[in-house]
Amino acid sequence: MRRMTALSDPPAPSTVPPAAPAPATGARPDRAVIRDSLGVGVAVGVSGIAFGVAGTTAHLTVWQTCALSLLVFTGASQFALIGALAAGAAPLAAVVGALFLGVRNAFYGLRLAERLELPRWVRPVAAQTVIDETAAVALVQPDRRSTRLGFFVTGASLYLIWNATTLAGALGADALGDPSRYGLDVAGPAVFLALLAPRLREGGAERATALLGAVLALAAVPLVPAGVPVLIALAAVPVVLLLGSRRNRAGATARKTVGTAAGTTADPQRNLPKEDGR
Amino acid sequence: MNTTWLAILGTAAGCYGLKLLGLSVPTGLLDRPVVRRFAALAPVALLAALTALQTFGQGTHGLVLDARAAGLAAAGVAVWRRAPFLVVIVVAVAVTALVRAVG
Repeated sequence: MRRMTALSDPPAPSTVPPAAPAPATGARPDRAVIRDSLGVGVAVGVSGIAFGVAGTTAHLTVWQTCALSLLVFTGASQFALIGALAAGAAPLAAVVGALFLGVRNAFYGLRLAERLELPRWVRPVAAQTVIDETAAVALVQPDRRSTRLGFFVTGASLYLIWNATTLAGALGADALGDPSRYGLDVAGPAVFLALLAPRLREGGAERATALLGAVLALAAVPLVPAGVPVLIALAAVPVVLLLGSRRNRAGATARKTVGTAAGTTADPQRNLPKEDGR
Repeated sequence: MNTTWLAILGTAAGCYGLKLLGLSVPTGLLDRPVVRRFAALAPVALLAALTALQTFGQGTHGLVLDARAAGLAAAGVAVWRRAPFLVVIVVAVAVTALVRAVG
């Protein structure tokens, strides 16, 4: 059972059901890979309904909301963009905030490229589904065949379901009239909190970054144009990294460095040790 | 074409470019410890900021404590109890609507 999604984070390796005992070759039966992939695709895909609702709440048209799910197809960036636009941000500031959240997909792509070994002509098509969930499923597979199968089945099922439920959510909220009467305007921040939660459990660097980021953003609200406070929150990252490395130099005996705590979730490689255990 | 569509298309192009970049560049180019650590923490700062701004933001320059804060607090409890994703959102929405109906 997958929980607390993974629109922004790869699931902990334990959320992918364990493989059937692998044959001596290390290959995994296709059926097991497909089952895992569809499990993730369906469970996360239905969250598209929350995005559809949020799109309507942010006064986007049904077409605009659906275009975001079809073309952007990375949940956190989609929610960030519509939230910023709804708050009256300048389009450029809104786009930059959304793109910063999309940077982690480039890092998934790096890891996936090594494992998928895709022909050059397939890459532009495969790229659209380089996201948290596909990386999480594909990178824990033991061989190239199952890595490719996991990547494509997860990507295709998630893409179809995410877009179908986005449309359903947008149409449904549109029919309701004023969405804030039903509390639907809080869906956006609740999504961000749900995406953030697994990261806060990872360590002190994550918690410090989150706290400092939130404080900086709120403090900036009265002072700068809408959409800029979220970018100012990024200043929390170098501050936490600098303080962390200084503390490491000071305390050479510290058991766990902020640096290692920081280098985790956007880094799908942490899923890799799992396959050694299979 | 209005600015909302421009923002949508700009985000789409940028996000797609980032995905394709990862699949296409030689590994060593982006894969440095500093870059990686920044990439790992940046979403944390952004998500926390977005949560705070969309809970307390009012208009362009205002901050306010209203029913959304109650909804988000309820979502926080749901998250803490490790409720599934959609449950967290439903709880937040329901509590916000309830507080508005009562208040």
